[in-house]
Amino acid sequence: MIVELAGGDSLIHRLDPRVKILEVFLFSVVVAVSTRFVVLVSALALGVCVTWLGRVPIKELLRRLVPVNMLIIFLWFFLPFTVEGEPLFSVGPLVGTHEGVSYAARISIKSNAIMVVLIVLVASTSILTLGRAMHELRVPKKIVHLFFFTYRYIHVIHREYVRLVNAMKVRGFRPGNNMHTYRTLAYLVGMLLVRSCDRAQRVHNAMLCRGFRGNLYSLSEFSLKATDMISFILMLAVILALGVLEWTKIA
Amino acid sequence: MHISEGVLSPGVLIVGASLTAAGVAVGLRKLDHEEIPSMGILSAAFFVASLVHVPIGPSSVHLILNGLLGLMLGWKAFPAILVGLALQGLLFQFGGITTLGVNTLNMALPAVICYYLFGWGLRIGTRHLVFTVTAFACGLCAVLVSGVLVGFSLYFTGEAFLPAAKVVVAAHLPVMVIEGVLTAACVLFLRRVKSELLEGQYVPKSSS
Repeated sequence: MIVELAGGDSLIHRLDPRVKILEVFLFSVVVAVSTRFVVLVSALALGVCVTWLGRVPIKELLRRLVPVNMLIIFLWFFLPFTVEGEPLFSVGPLVGTHEGVSYAARISIKSNAIMVVLIVLVASTSILTLGRAMHELRVPKKIVHLFFFTYRYIHVIHREYVRLVNAMKVRGFRPGNNMHTYRTLAYLVGMLLVRSCDRAQRVHNAMLCRGFRGNLYSLSEFSLKATDMISFILMLAVILALGVLEWTKIA
Repeated sequence: MHISEGVLSPGVLIVGASLTAAGVAVGLRKLDHEEIPSMGILSAAFFVASLVHVPIGPSSVHLILNGLLGLMLGWKAFPAILVGLALQGLLFQFGGITTLGVNTLNMALPAVICYYLFGWGLRIGTRHLVFTVTAFACGLCAVLVSGVLVGFSLYFTGEAFLPAAKVVVAAHLPVMVIEGVLTAACVLFLRRVKSELLEGQYVPKSSS
């Protein structure tokens, strides 16, 4: 259920994770504030190129775009009718406007463009590496540590959860719309919390025994290579170009 | 409910991100270095708990549990939820970088509000009924406020979102009741089994 996408090897995989995070961040921000069609379509095109460069499996990419597009589809039921403008089509008493459809289309393209690039980042970098890169990028130490520990224990606690659910199934538990189900699930959550608290106690003691003083150390170090600098400069140029397109209204 | 990337206006995104930054800063100040491993494990437990699907009518909803989280963690709910949402974004692509601030605010602010509104009720509520009702109200209010905040995030993006925002708030109403019931049952369970969890004692007090 909880699987990381990262794996494989490509140009994108070999880039410095710090550079990748910065690039994705800048790209997301610029695209998120853009409103023009040209800009958004070029951003999506860039996203597709990066996907190809990063050799992300298309099937996996599409599967991961589903949750993003749920809200977008939901908005498509409203926006064409609620934005005022020239009528384009009508469904019963509702009139869909040209402006509304264009607005909804722009949101869809924008949303997918940002997510595609994020997916490429996740697909080419392991989460632990991302955490370390965030630390190097001066994200507060406490947040990075919390990130590490949460990620580390999600799998452990998920296994615990699966065990509890199996135990419930073995005893013939079938979820339904009744108080029994709600109470049982509440106890399941409660039990998860109790067990993780006990585990926290043991982990805490074990870490104190090993001299934990609030620091985590890493054996490997990141290094900036020429390709990293080139990719960063290229990305900056693209972002600048998108920005110029957005604000000067050419093309 | 997560708001996808690219939907909200820059203004809403900036306000959300700055308020979240402030909340996280307060939370981190209250968070001791030594507590971090335990906090991480507890955040992981809430992360897994949010995968639990509860049947409701013909479909099912997943739990949010931000009321319970607020009761147990107070202001520390901000960093916990921030990290949880970041991981959800990285693992499942529910939301991304630019909406992280707004989405965290929409879930963590109700948690903190509930901590102040209902925390005392659980501490003084020795009577079974008072205790149960407080816990129920806490779970219910947290989701209600979350839904309203999501609605407002959409509404402030543009007037055109108003009908969609109303539907989003309406969709939170049944979830709200379920969350209330589950939070009440869960809190009663915790009081019986491990009451120190409800008193903010999830962290082992070390002698050092």
